[in-house]
Amino acid sequence: MASSSAAASSSRLPQSAYNPRRHVGVHAERVSDVSSTEYPGHYPGEDHSWDLAKFRENLKVEVKRLSQRSVEFDLVGVDASIANAFRRIMIAEIPTIATEHVYVWNNTSVIHDEVLAHRIGLVPLNVPPGMFKYRNPNGVPTDQDTIVFKLNVTCEVDKNTSKEKGAPRKLIHEEVLSGDLEWVPQGEQASVFTGDLPPPAPTNKNIVLAKLRPGQEIDMDLHAIKGVGKDHAKWSPVATASYRLHPLVILNPSKPIPPHLAQKFANCFSPGVVQVGKGGRVSIDERNLRKESMSREVLRHKEFEGSVELKRIRDWFIFTVESEGPYAPQDLFPESIRVMREKIANIRHAAEALLADVDGAPGAVAADGDVEMGGV
Amino acid sequence: MVAYEGGDQDWEKASQPNWRGLALTDPIKSVEDKWLLLPAFLKVKGLVKQHIDSFNYFVDVDIKNILKANNKVTSDVDPRFWLKYTDILVGFPDRTDADAIDKTVTPHECRLRDTTYGAPILVTIQYTRGKSVVRRANVNIGRLPIMLRSNKCWLNGRNEAQLARMTECPLDPGGYFIVKGTEKVILVQEQLSKNRIIVEVDPTKGIVQASCTSSTHGGLKSKTYVATKKGKIYLRHNSIHEDVPIAIALKALGIQSDKEILLLTAGNHEAYKSAFSPNLEEAAKLGIFTRHQALEWIGSRVKVNRRVLGPRRPAWEEALEALATIVLAHVPVHGLDFRSKAIFVATMTRRVLMAMDDEKMVDDRDYVGNKRLELAGQLLALLFEDLFKTFNANLKSAIDKVLKKPSRTSEFDAFNTMQFQGDHITSGFVRAISTGNWSLKRFKMDRAGVTHVLSRLSFISALGMMTRISSQFEKTRKVSGPRALQPSQWGMLCPSDTPEGEACGLVKNLALMTHITTDVEEDPIIKIAFMLGVEDISLVTGAEIYGPNVFVVNVNGTIIGLTRYPTRFVSNFRKLRRAGRFSEFVSVYINHHHRTVLIASDGGRICRPMIIVENGRPRVTSDHILELKKGLLTFDDFLRKGLVEYLDVNEENDSYIALYEADIGPNTTHLEIEPFTLLGAVAGLIPYPHHNQSPRNTYQCAMGKQAIGAIGFNQLNRIDTLLYLSVYPQQPMVKTKTIELIGYDKLPAGQNATVAVMSYSGYDIEDALILNKASLDRGYGRCQVLRKNATLIRKYPNGTFDRLADAPLDESGQIQKKFDIIQQDGLAGVGERVDPGDVYINKQTPTNANDNSFTGQAATVPYKNAPMTYKSPVAGNIDKVMISDTENDQTLIKVLIRQTRRPELGDKFSSRHGQKGVCGLIVNQEDMPFNDQGIVPDTIMNPHGFPSRMTVGKMIELLAGKACTAGVLAGRLQYGTAFGGSKVEDMSRILIENGFSYAGKDMLTSGITGEPLEAYVYFGPIYYQKLKHMVMDKMHARARGPRATLTRQPTEGRSREGGLRLGEMERDCLIGYGATQLLLERLMISSDKFEVNACQECGLMGYNGWCTYCKSSKKMAQLTIPYAAKLLFQELMAMNVVPRLVLDDA
Repeated sequence: MASSSAAASSSRLPQSAYNPRRHVGVHAERVSDVSSTEYPGHYPGEDHSWDLAKFRENLKVEVKRLSQRSVEFDLVGVDASIANAFRRIMIAEIPTIATEHVYVWNNTSVIHDEVLAHRIGLVPLNVPPGMFKYRNPNGVPTDQDTIVFKLNVTCEVDKNTSKEKGAPRKLIHEEVLSGDLEWVPQGEQASVFTGDLPPPAPTNKNIVLAKLRPGQEIDMDLHAIKGVGKDHAKWSPVATASYRLHPLVILNPSKPIPPHLAQKFANCFSPGVVQVGKGGRVSIDERNLRKESMSREVLRHKEFEGSVELKRIRDWFIFTVESEGPYAPQDLFPESIRVMREKIANIRHAAEALLADVDGAPGAVAADGDVEMGGV
Repeated sequence: MVAYEGGDQDWEKASQPNWRGLALTDPIKSVEDKWLLLPAFLKVKGLVKQHIDSFNYFVDVDIKNILKANNKVTSDVDPRFWLKYTDILVGFPDRTDADAIDKTVTPHECRLRDTTYGAPILVTIQYTRGKSVVRRANVNIGRLPIMLRSNKCWLNGRNEAQLARMTECPLDPGGYFIVKGTEKVILVQEQLSKNRIIVEVDPTKGIVQASCTSSTHGGLKSKTYVATKKGKIYLRHNSIHEDVPIAIALKALGIQSDKEILLLTAGNHEAYKSAFSPNLEEAAKLGIFTRHQALEWIGSRVKVNRRVLGPRRPAWEEALEALATIVLAHVPVHGLDFRSKAIFVATMTRRVLMAMDDEKMVDDRDYVGNKRLELAGQLLALLFEDLFKTFNANLKSAIDKVLKKPSRTSEFDAFNTMQFQGDHITSGFVRAISTGNWSLKRFKMDRAGVTHVLSRLSFISALGMMTRISSQFEKTRKVSGPRALQPSQWGMLCPSDTPEGEACGLVKNLALMTHITTDVEEDPIIKIAFMLGVEDISLVTGAEIYGPNVFVVNVNGTIIGLTRYPTRFVSNFRKLRRAGRFSEFVSVYINHHHRTVLIASDGGRICRPMIIVENGRPRVTSDHILELKKGLLTFDDFLRKGLVEYLDVNEENDSYIALYEADIGPNTTHLEIEPFTLLGAVAGLIPYPHHNQSPRNTYQCAMGKQAIGAIGFNQLNRIDTLLYLSVYPQQPMVKTKTIELIGYDKLPAGQNATVAVMSYSGYDIEDALILNKASLDRGYGRCQVLRKNATLIRKYPNGTFDRLADAPLDESGQIQKKFDIIQQDGLAGVGERVDPGDVYINKQTPTNANDNSFTGQAATVPYKNAPMTYKSPVAGNIDKVMISDTENDQTLIKVLIRQTRRPELGDKFSSRHGQKGVCGLIVNQEDMPFNDQGIVPDTIMNPHGFPSRMTVGKMIELLAGKACTAGVLAGRLQYGTAFGGSKVEDMSRILIENGFSYAGKDMLTSGITGEPLEAYVYFGPIYYQKLKHMVMDKMHARARGPRATLTRQPTEGRSREGGLRLGEMERDCLIGYGATQLLLERLMISSDKFEVNACQECGLMGYNGWCTYCKSSKKMAQLTIPYAAKLLFQELMAMNVVPRLVLDDA
């Protein structure tokens, strides 16, 4: 894992960005050169076999923006399949804890039990999943695999409000919020969640779960367990994780933009991408190129035909990850790498078992010849 | 056609291009927001005002007229006795329970308790008791079901908070009845107008006929024809055996001289004269010259209702009576003055002559102006009159029975007799409304299917039902005319909303701004007409009637007089109407073809409001609209000030209406309020309908009614047989003005789905949709199905009764699994999960419930179990349990069971453009394509859905929807209103400003490979509806299962776990292919194979190797036949037909 210094961010593009082999063409009605061509045997006389040193040299990971809940980083120098694998893992395979079982003791609100349960299930919790095991579907819940919350809310009229006639009635618990979930420590959990580790709770305390009127009551126990996003979206740790390819705008020096059209030209791009210099000279600001939304507006106008080319850099992935669960946004990518390595280790293990079987040695192969893949 | 030789000054002046200094090109100050008149109209009129108005008219006015017409009951026994009804009034709905303290009842209570929302009909009577006259007020003669939101309904005029207290939805339109707990609508019925002359031609037979259906108050209906036969003209009527030559008919009506006949029919028109002359000859040939001779001729051919009493009257008297009362009954005959009726017949004849001469003069039966709509009020009025007459007849015979007794112990009081009349009127109303059968022998009416259960599938389906119009035409007739779109239905009837298939074009829907008139008294109208210079028709001759510049004035089809200045007359008449001197619903117009001025005040005409234009300027100005906005003016003020007026179809066709203000010319008389009002409430949901291929809008009209959404604010308090609800309904981002007006944004049925128009996976062919699993996880398309299960805890006549029991214990002392949700009261607990096979009402019935000889203790009788078990294959939850009493004191238990469903493979979805599809594949989020912002679609739609369907509106909806979301912070809803709405250009600009491609196409990355897709994908939000058709309710397969007892063949249908039929066409295929063993297997072995013993000797079936006929077991053979065949043989034998089997070794 190589990572260049963050100070180099918002700098000019490296010269290698202009290598046409790295470009995906963005045309008015189609996208061209979608797949990488640099694989062994494609270009005569060139060696594109995988080489760790070369890979190290090209690989670059750089955080561009980091906030409480989201991160934007660049991943340069990998194939789309690798970048996509990380994206998919972040969405579907990084485990989190979410409410799965709801035991309703009383619910006199208008919202139906199963709808309320569904809403509660979607509330992201701040519990680090690494500390927990997957729940055995047939087993009894233990403090190792289940977190229990209690939701007991009754709406009533606030007796402290003014008794004057016509004064608006104030209600307590008119809205049931995610913050009303109350953690009930089980077994050793009380001693684990001390110190730095905040007690289990929703990451956002202001999610409206239900609305109540005076006299209505909700009383339920919730069991949260560990799971992954591919089983249900509630276990996905991200609001979304996605990437786009780095945009590139290449001006054709042989057909410059006439000065009187410079502003119009600049307006065809996201703000800051095109600089209009003195005398209407048009230039591309490479530092702002990543802001370009690729609206392809410039390709609509006949007068700009041939004077500009839109490209995207095939192996330059601008990731945007919005975290909603227990993970800090910057931790999600390393976590996805961890999950991926686990999966690879699994395959390796299975492959070795296969080999062992071929050798005639008793391995991890089941009686029916299936290899146990394990993992999630 | 006779040329209009009128030198009408006004007309000529009006046609001049330059008029009052105003040229066509002059700029006109536009009235902004004139569409605001529409919400103002709907505020006053409501969406179903036609029903409510009609009912109000019946309850307030018509019922009194009916009473007046039938107000006396006398006795044949005692001539001194009489009973008179002096007043009638309908009260407010109340409770019939005897011990009720608060008598008021809400509609919702009636729905829940399966009772009728009805009010007492109270009359004031006067009658003789001995020698004195007694008056009694508020005598209850029966109960009338009350229309919701009518002025006899408790909901009338309530605000939202009050309605909420009555658990009623403020958006519910009302206009229906609640009878025995079900909501019933009396559909609007379309009919040909009464009392008007319609000229038709049969081109194959060469017949021209003018017909007129007369209908008077009192309901008598008869049809009179004036028709050609072999070149001559005859009058034809049901009550006369033979066709009457027209000259004889006219002579009988008092026009004796041939000259006058000729003048009244043909006038001075040469062609007409020569066409008519054979008729005069015919009368002469038959030797009929005088009125008396004519009457004799007719009288000998009149069908006489043989009365038992009285001597036989001479023929001419019969003829006179028939002509006065039966033929053209609606034309008044005062004394023996037949003049006006003669002129009416003459006019009919002239119309025939005109049509013979020029076939353009034939009337169009399908023209909306020739139609009348019959509403709940009129139907109820007929029903009430019938029931009331029967009531009075029963009363009379009951009174007679008492009076017949020679000596009575007490003085006879008719009031007591009246009290014992039973509930004939009440049950008559309830029966008619709940069955929909209007069979009134008295009025020769026998209609079935008048009422329908109000569909509560979605808010729109209920609303759509209230605006529906059903036609009287037979559905099987293969004529296209009545089904075709009529130019005259512009603005009155929705051009899109009609079902497909057999009822296509026959079932119509009202447009948004239509109003249906109720009857307006015509006598004052006639007086006004005379005041405005109309000459009485009885005073003029034929020469004058057909003279130049003379226009005949008709009121509701009867000819009242002439005018020489039709334009002036009409404009004066309109001025008076605009000034509010008489009802705004009286229409007047000139028919230049027939040279008549027609005034109509009858009920059932469709009309709609329009802005009056004077001097090239609309009378409604921006100031008026401003005041309207401030709430200083209401729609009625606009009417009263003469700024807008109602035009019916006929008057509309006599007006020059500008669609937009810019189109106003010097001759313009009116301005449309808004063009989108030409669509109905259901078609109004479609965004950009004017960009769609027309049938697509029609399909959407059908599908919008199947969409699952919110039904009403009281939806969770309702217990309907079947209720579909959406868990997270959203208002559409691309709205229309209609959506806001009808409240669809408050009770929506659908969700804004992000759609990618691309092909994906091959599971999207034939309109299938791909859904995103994560979207479903998050609640997209989630819906609830609530099903009612009701039972009665009955008391039986022998004193026994049903009971509820707690869960029984099995041998081990445990409660069985299927009883685990039953609580001590024998009912399932609210909120409990019900698994298939679970008992939710543990009812027990006495074993001797029907044994009427039983006299023992009710408590000691043995009981048997009659539990209600849950049948659906998928678990549900108990939503509600209701215990109540019905009207006849039986305990009613209703249990509502709820299922919450997430979309699955095969569930049906549709956009608002008639584009339906089933879910073909559910894909994980990570496999879905995503755009630069990381947006993943909820739905992927195959682009092949577009080219052949041409639903451009859907594409624009996507664009507008994308513009709504594009600038998320400034997110504004866009409008897709018909003939208006947000423009594509503006939408594209918003997209460009927010960094999207102007075309709405995004660059997507494949979620599977991670590489960019090679094509741009049309990507954005479209409002999608989930339709009620779900696989869960349809999925069915069977290997082995139940069989019908009679035939032993597998049962039929999913509900009976039936088999899948190998039908006759499939059978044909197998025969053609020669797959005999498969045939045998399908049709017998797997169905109803049966082993029989047959005797080779006698060919009859035996039993157990023994032939009972031959008394032998010698020649018995065993063979396999279908059980149905065996059954057939036995049935034949029971009919004395012997089928013999001839057996042969193959």
